[in-house]
Amino acid sequence: MAYSDKVRATYQQQLQELQDKGIFKIERYIHSVQDAEIEVEFPPGAPLKRVINICANNYLGLSSHPEVVAAAHEGLDARGYGMSSVRFICGTQDIHKELEKRMTEFLGTEDTILFPSCMDANAGVFEAILGEEDVMISDRLVHASLIDGIRLCKAMTDSFKHSDMKHLEEKLILHSDKRNKLVITDGVYSMDGDTAPLDKMVELCEKYDAMILVDDSHSSGFIGKTGRGTHEKCGVVGKIDIITTTFGKGLGGASGGCVSGRKELVELCRQKARPYLFSNTIAPPVVAGVLNVLEILSATTERRDKLERNAGWWRKNLTEAGFILQPGDTPIVPVMLFNAKLSQDFARDLFAEGVYAIGFFFPVVPQGKARIRTQISAAHDMHHLEKALAAFIKVGKKYDILGKTKNEIMVMYGN
Amino acid sequence: MKDEIREVVLEYVINEYMEDQDDEITYDTALISGGYVDSFSMVSLKRFLETKYKISLPDNRATPEAFDTVDKITELVIEFLGYKE
Repeated sequence: MAYSDKVRATYQQQLQELQDKGIFKIERYIHSVQDAEIEVEFPPGAPLKRVINICANNYLGLSSHPEVVAAAHEGLDARGYGMSSVRFICGTQDIHKELEKRMTEFLGTEDTILFPSCMDANAGVFEAILGEEDVMISDRLVHASLIDGIRLCKAMTDSFKHSDMKHLEEKLILHSDKRNKLVITDGVYSMDGDTAPLDKMVELCEKYDAMILVDDSHSSGFIGKTGRGTHEKCGVVGKIDIITTTFGKGLGGASGGCVSGRKELVELCRQKARPYLFSNTIAPPVVAGVLNVLEILSATTERRDKLERNAGWWRKNLTEAGFILQPGDTPIVPVMLFNAKLSQDFARDLFAEGVYAIGFFFPVVPQGKARIRTQISAAHDMHHLEKALAAFIKVGKKYDILGKTKNEIMVMYGN
Repeated sequence: MKDEIREVVLEYVINEYMEDQDDEITYDTALISGGYVDSFSMVSLKRFLETKYKISLPDNRATPEAFDTVDKITELVIEFLGYKE
């Protein structure tokens, strides 16, 4: 045994440091399906509390939709529980190919490859398609999984200020001598809820002969008139070279992800992307569930329309109540509190009022920009939103922040 | 010469990396270890210096430590300008 007391002490110290910094993460145990209302055990051992959930990525409310659950059951019966193999040995079923085809049609791309998660898609895609002669130019606020993927790739790295097109253009000029250039962005940014200006980015990419990759995990299924994603909203369907996205949020909420885009790039991922080559792909019941999700979304825009109405109502009413929100028009609505402790106290009090939300603070968001990130769902009915709003207003009054400016809040609570 | 380079580098760093107007940086502000410049962005600083001063900075000298303050960057540029002359 090499796990001596000395070794153990070093890890205990690391954990203690996380506790001391106030960034030790704890889980709340949910005893129900994922939905607009959930049964939560928190703290551990406490009696179950029924609360309204406004912090899930369950944008379309499909995580426990009866049709999706039934389709997953059928998939389980027809194709089994797992494949016990990676894709290229004996881990590819007809339904995996069917899902790849359906995603290609849904996103309006040339081809698609499934990954165990979007984290894996982002970890594998860059190394598979770029080399030392190339450059990756990423927005400074892209998701952590993109940053990890970029780190694994030998191509040169650079970044541009968040959604700053002038800065991006400077970088494209600076790197004009590189063989292939890839601009990297999120479609919708998960912490701020803002949308990347894909129309302008595509224009720049065309001007400077660069490719573009968009992680549309917080968009697929509901952003754009028919929910295809940020590229539909920005009018650039067919012009995004690579879209990475997840099935773990709007598209059913279970697991899995994909890379969808130019067929040569997708094929290179199939040949070279390590998370694809060395890990089982998505399990059959989940594949069957996602296929059903795509059927639901292709038949009607009812759910994304309801989500849009819900999010608009929520944003409008929080603003009128006097909260400061990050600007945007997506279902991610961050309520700005600026102070880290205030964000934690606020979330705790919301929970006591029957509303489950999480306070985010540095290092997850920049220093002095602590917030409650609220995420609206098509599963929310008006009574959920009204109750959640009443709770926000009650707690907002308690801390005397309604109608206050950023500076006034920071004077009261610090940054 | 040194003062001129310091000014050019400081101006570039402010324009390139500063997002929050409240932050002030000076010649000895820790840029990388202080969290102002991420490792992905160091490359553009290196490329800027190489283009501006027509020098070539080898990767083993363009380290996070050597790029950590405007003064250190200035010293590095002067050293390589010296080699060139």
